Amino acid sequence: MKTYTYTEKKDTRSGFGAGLAELGRTNPNVVALCADLIGSLKMNEFIDENPERFFQVGIAEANMMGIAAGLTIGGKIPFTGTFANFSTGRVYDQIRQSIAYSGKNVKICASHAGLTLGEDGATHQILEDIGLMKMLPGMVVINPCDYNQTKAATIAIAEHDGPVYLRFGRPSVPKFTPADQKFEIGKAIKFTEGTDVTIVATGHLVWEALEASKTLNEAGISAEVINIHTIKPLDDKAILDSVAKTGCVVTAEEHNYLGGLGESVARVLALHQPTPQEFVATNDTFGESGTPTQLMDKYGLNSEAIIKAVKKVLKRK
Amino acid sequence: MPNIKELEDLTTQVRRDILRMVHKVNSGHPGGSLGCAEFFVSLYQELMERKDGFDMDGIGEDLFFLSNGHISPVFYSVLARSGYFPVEELNTFRLIDSRLQGHPTTHEGLPGIRIASGSLGQGMSVAIGAAQAKKLNKDDHLIYSLHGDGELQEGQNWEAIMYASAKKVDNLISTVDLNQQQIDGSTDDVLPMGSIRAKFEAFGWTVLDIEKGNDIEAILKGMKEAKSLTGKGKPVCVLLHTVMGNGVDFMMHTHAWHGKAPNDEQLATGLEQNAETLGDY
Repeated sequence: MKTYTYTEKKDTRSGFGAGLAELGRTNPNVVALCADLIGSLKMNEFIDENPERFFQVGIAEANMMGIAAGLTIGGKIPFTGTFANFSTGRVYDQIRQSIAYSGKNVKICASHAGLTLGEDGATHQILEDIGLMKMLPGMVVINPCDYNQTKAATIAIAEHDGPVYLRFGRPSVPKFTPADQKFEIGKAIKFTEGTDVTIVATGHLVWEALEASKTLNEAGISAEVINIHTIKPLDDKAILDSVAKTGCVVTAEEHNYLGGLGESVARVLALHQPTPQEFVATNDTFGESGTPTQLMDKYGLNSEAIIKAVKKVLKRK
Repeated sequence: MPNIKELEDLTTQVRRDILRMVHKVNSGHPGGSLGCAEFFVSLYQELMERKDGFDMDGIGEDLFFLSNGHISPVFYSVLARSGYFPVEELNTFRLIDSRLQGHPTTHEGLPGIRIASGSLGQGMSVAIGAAQAKKLNKDDHLIYSLHGDGELQEGQNWEAIMYASAKKVDNLISTVDLNQQQIDGSTDDVLPMGSIRAKFEAFGWTVLDIEKGNDIEAILKGMKEAKSLTGKGKPVCVLLHTVMGNGVDFMMHTHAWHGKAPNDEQLATGLEQNAETLGDY
């Protein structure tokens, strides 16, 4: 079994910042907007190097989304930055009308998704954003797994003509994918081969899935771990090919089980190959204050929860 | 000097288009559309520097954004009669498979439309973004936008109004259609907004009034003055005093025709009051 290791933990939002900085140097059409959270989004490097291409809008997210839509008219590629809650729910109508329905080439970049704002509590967390964004026709939804993949995704989405929702977290998580990886929108990445169960994970739960697969392997259970960095469009084929081998699936995400990756996977399976599935996700709840680790434990978003779900789904095969 | 008579004739024809479009499908918004007919005709026929054809980016030409998308009939009529798409297509307004959706959208690829509007309060932000893109592109053409007065009750406008002056977006002329009516009644009855002029001024805009907002000469004079005030570090707001339902006597000065179609008899009366000039579609 192929094993994965890491030498350092790094926050995915810094991957966004690094990707944006690189775009600043390579793509003159890329512009950035922020609603008073430059430091949180790690946008400083881009701003320092391209002050004329940065728009500080203040605490006014709706206006930011509209300005971003307008900037595309003239050939700009705007990247908006704020917390995931204020990037989606707060401005849903602006994104719906001025960006998605209008087919505008805006990249909505959202930090602190899921529970990762920790101590700030539920007002600053969001567990519904994947659902909100994936329901918008034409919207691409991406949730990369580590620093390197977030950087690669940031660079890749500038080449995609159309609206994109790019979601990342706050805390440092293991950095384990190659720095020179090619990021292909909509193309799942298989990390481990397995025969007993498919674990489909997104975001930092990909690392937890790899950890789980190691433990499962020691117990004689062979798990195939697939990184779904793009939730929409979903790589149906990768999922179907894998479950054809394994016959069961566990999905893992830092999101409500309603509207998230798990539901997208369930649809594909229901249509083509009904398969036992277990969900590692939050159970239709708001978050609360606590450290990210405490919250992951309490809401069951870690390798232990994945192992438990695998054992459960194996019994349903 | 433009031929005012020609512009007035076109306006009359646009009124006929509006009435016939809304009547045919028994839905749509004639009141605000009629009130803004002179403004749209002036804008597209005289004021805006436009290129031939249509491309989304509109580099090297003036651009217009309609924020209060429900007055789509006047927008569609003037776009068609300004050469963006065949005038006959007005016949498909609000029908299934049409590019002329109830509220304007880019979704169907209708030339002349650069943003969807309908859900209110978003157009000024978009206009500001387009204006800032022009500055980045070193394109010294202007951005025009139109907003309903009732629409200013949406908070996003005030985020945008604050931003535009702070960021010196001085290549923008935002016009407010000051007809003092909205769906549920007069703006004063629904939610009094006080002095819109004072509010824009307090937010750092240059403001001017066009008192006779249904008079083409007055509109041209006022808008040219507005244009002369661009490039001076401040965004420009034009308060266009219009009469809702203008040109059809029973539709004037009331919110009753905000979103109601005329019946056969009412259509005939409206058309009688606006004799055919350029030919119906």
